[in-house]
Amino acid sequence: MNNMEVLYRQVIMDHYKNPRNKGLVQDELYKTIHIKNPTCGDDITVQSKISNGVVEDVRHDGTGCSICCSSASVMSETLLGKSVDDAIKIKDAYINMLTNKEYDEEVELEEAVAYTGVRKFPARIKCASIAWKAFEGTLDESE
Amino acid sequence: MDINNIRKDFPILEDKTLVYLDTAASSLKPIQVIDKLDEYYKKYGVNVHRGVYNLSFIATEQYEKARRKVASFINATFEEIIFTRGASSALNLVASSYGLNNLTKDDEIIVTELEHHSHVLPWQNVSNITGAKLVYLPLDEEGRITIDNFKSVLTDKTKVVAVTHVSNVMGYISPIKEIVKLAHEKGAVVSVDAAQAAPHTKIDVIDLDCDFLAFSGHKMLGPTGIGVLFGKKNLLKEMPPIEFGGDMNDNVDKFDASWKDAPYKFETGTPPIAEALGLGAAIDYLENIGLENIHKYEIELKDYTMKKLKEIEDIEIYNLTTDTGIISFNIKGVHPHDAITYFDGDNICMRAGHHCAQLVIKWLEVLATLRASFYIYNTIEECDKFVSSVKQARDFFKSVGF
Repeated sequence: MNNMEVLYRQVIMDHYKNPRNKGLVQDELYKTIHIKNPTCGDDITVQSKISNGVVEDVRHDGTGCSICCSSASVMSETLLGKSVDDAIKIKDAYINMLTNKEYDEEVELEEAVAYTGVRKFPARIKCASIAWKAFEGTLDESE
Repeated sequence: MDINNIRKDFPILEDKTLVYLDTAASSLKPIQVIDKLDEYYKKYGVNVHRGVYNLSFIATEQYEKARRKVASFINATFEEIIFTRGASSALNLVASSYGLNNLTKDDEIIVTELEHHSHVLPWQNVSNITGAKLVYLPLDEEGRITIDNFKSVLTDKTKVVAVTHVSNVMGYISPIKEIVKLAHEKGAVVSVDAAQAAPHTKIDVIDLDCDFLAFSGHKMLGPTGIGVLFGKKNLLKEMPPIEFGGDMNDNVDKFDASWKDAPYKFETGTPPIAEALGLGAAIDYLENIGLENIHKYEIELKDYTMKKLKEIEDIEIYNLTTDTGIISFNIKGVHPHDAITYFDGDNICMRAGHHCAQLVIKWLEVLATLRASFYIYNTIEECDKFVSSVKQARDFFKSVGF
């Protein structure tokens, strides 16, 4: 029995087929982080523009599987307009949720909640987290 | 060859739902090999070449017996067999010892885009350090190595030819014997990556006349952590060690030292003893079945599967004329990492990705591929299960909008 439907939710497919906030910008107000997983070929670049403690823009681009590419798009929508503090909370809750660690269930993951199914597929956790890790990197850059 | 009996030798196959199609990455291990590891650890698990006591003598005898087995397996002599950590270490040894010490900026190294990273990166390193030029043999339209194309890059400057025996992505067998003959006419040495060949075809280093040849234990029913480098005696004699320490030295003074003869000068530290013994047991197992029979059987499975796979719409096959049990393919529009999760759900183990061979993946102009590889423990029923899973996967991904 294959329970693939758990993984390939409509939200995920929607963002995979019609990615939001895709394409990078040339703007020095943006911090850019590129992460590549050489084993599987997932290759994602994430940019964030932070001003006055708010995530004003998130951009992404790259190649990879549907889980990887869609999660970059979902992340961008989820984090856009959030305060940096909230964005970090969401990011932490999301990563902990994926990796089966304790996480703050009060934190609203919005559409990113569609990735709870990934927990059942340990080999794919990396795919779903790579874009979020890259976003995390852009915050480190801005400090 | 009784497949059901063979399957009984593999404890992991007690899980009747498991379909293992990733032998090209690592084979399953039969009980005879596992028992051999146990025997060493339980009965004489002590160091080799050092202790002057009976147990150590037994361990040493067993270790050297394994070396003799490997030597006869590929028709080499005892002192031409170096035990390494795997094929990667073996190929690195050739580049670091022979390459770095014999090449200069006026020389050329021929490599191919079919090489595994372990047979191109060491030579890239040699090229960067010595200035020798790395030259790529152009593959033909199928992605094969041909003699004509080899001739087009072979020059008086060629000093090393690094070529794979069987491609781990395309499954093609290279014309090694002809390459060696031509290379020798120019005075070049040939290093052969036989990691995908040793489990499937009889290798005879005298017949091939290659200068170096490497393979891994774990791809041929043996344990992980053991590999083999064959090197011609006269070449090994002149090559310096690349690792220094215990057991490889002869006399040691404060400011200089001398080395043992090959193979020992290349085997410092406590070697992978249990693993070498396990490799010996794996060779016994393979020879007992016969490599010709193994090759014939896996081709049977491959041909059967290939025929069925070709009939499925939206399947892209990259090596229709493969010479071995390796099939590289994709489901159109579906990233292999999405596809692999579907197969995993059916307990079918396969490889997806670059296969440590990014150059050929780039040559194919794809992001990555799926790879199924067949071996002695696979069955026609498993091929059917695989084919039906491919169809279902394609239908599923279509249904969710891929």
